[in-house]
Amino acid sequence: MILLKFENVTLSYGNTTVIENFSMELSAGDYLCVVGENGSGKSTFLKGLLGLKPPARGKISLVGLEQREIGYLPQKTDIQKNFPASVNEIVLSGCLNECGFLSFYSKRQKNMAIENMDLLGIRDLKNESFKEISGGQQQRVLLARALCAAKKILILDEPCAGLDPVISKKFYKIIKNININKNIAIVMVSHDIRPALSGANAVIHMQQKPIFFKTVEKYRESFSYKRFLGGV
Amino acid sequence: MFDFAREILQYPFIFKALVVGIFVSFCCAILGVSLVLKRYSMIGDGLSHVGFSALSIAVVMNWAPLLVSIPVVILAAVLLLRLSEKNKMQGDAAIALISASSLAFGIIFVSLANGINADVFGYMFGSILAINQSDVFLSICISSIVLVLFIMSYNKIFLVTFDENFANATGINVRLYNTLLSILTGIMIVVGMRIMGALLVSSLIVFPTLSSVKMCKYFKSVVINSAIISVLSFVTGLFISYIFSIPAGATIVIINLFAFILYSIFGFIKERV
Repeated sequence: MILLKFENVTLSYGNTTVIENFSMELSAGDYLCVVGENGSGKSTFLKGLLGLKPPARGKISLVGLEQREIGYLPQKTDIQKNFPASVNEIVLSGCLNECGFLSFYSKRQKNMAIENMDLLGIRDLKNESFKEISGGQQQRVLLARALCAAKKILILDEPCAGLDPVISKKFYKIIKNININKNIAIVMVSHDIRPALSGANAVIHMQQKPIFFKTVEKYRESFSYKRFLGGV
Repeated sequence: MFDFAREILQYPFIFKALVVGIFVSFCCAILGVSLVLKRYSMIGDGLSHVGFSALSIAVVMNWAPLLVSIPVVILAAVLLLRLSEKNKMQGDAAIALISASSLAFGIIFVSLANGINADVFGYMFGSILAINQSDVFLSICISSIVLVLFIMSYNKIFLVTFDENFANATGINVRLYNTLLSILTGIMIVVGMRIMGALLVSSLIVFPTLSSVKMCKYFKSVVINSAIISVLSFVTGLFISYIFSIPAGATIVIINLFAFILYSIFGFIKERV
């Protein structure tokens, strides 16, 4: 089942075109990895995907998917560094996309939050303050929140930025498990290319005209990959 | 202590000020949590200047002060939000622009009409004598509406404060909640101006949160604690201002400042221990 579609999409920032005439489809259960250098348009691509930036030309359409079925792991913002909030408050807030204007949590949602905290091994931190836990733990809290929101797709923006290699590896493993066990499609932007690719089954290599590879093998054979790693 | 309280509550103007003040300081404090954490503290200051101008013009023209100024301030609140949202201008710059120019308009208008009179002066620095029966009624009604809306959308306000990007991406109407917050803030500012004065009312929004975050770890505890500090500071400030015959608004700000210093010291100690 197709979840979303890019049809001849051009995305631009002010007067500069970042992504030009790009098409692709994403289906349920896919694991798509978006790689590229800094400034190659990865963030712009995500904004387009999330509907936060309308395309200059072309069409981005959610097909078998609603905005409120998306889970998202954004990069941490400045505001969050000293924000007074408990882990529980943050994880629960992922459930809010199911609520109407009256935004109280149901028993089921509270259980879901606990389940996801269990899954990521942060249940002990439930009553800790977000600003007082480590960077890796914070990242897991934000992932747990994203899981509460995700019904069909999980979008991750540099999930392992600032984490050490050992923790990163665990993180990628968790994400792969979510992909397989919950049948949730993954779109992940990352710049540490080798570990990120390990779980993916499709790749977009970002440049002005992004190239879409249906399999990781094809990408590994490509010129873009070799040049990106500095081999050519 | 009780005798003292009974004594001063016999004065109807103190009693009215107390009722209005408790409601207003409570609501300003809970709205302030989100604004301060979003680094949008100065919106209160900007809106109070707009409110001051609108009130002075209304007084000069003999219009009903609150009925004129509340819509004007709401308009300014929405405008400020749009300006900073579209990144046309940075939030603080937009506030400085709007607050200074509206204040300028107000002052010129008032001086052309008949110069600064007692009413206008009262809006500038606050005057508990100016509160009448309908102010009490109106401020209780408005505060209750603000409180109900805040509780209803509490969790979403938390999310929009903590992470606007996530909220947007997962289909939450961020703009609705930002607009709601700005409008409610504008309304509370206008209502609070009678007591605190335009120059000081924004402190009701900023101070309690600044104090609370020194000690509290959770969003919920910051909200509750801010409301408590705010109301206590208000009541203490009002009584002290009566005892020493000093301006109420300024006294309340100083008490809030003391609370802030106290919380900072405790917070500092708590971190070391």
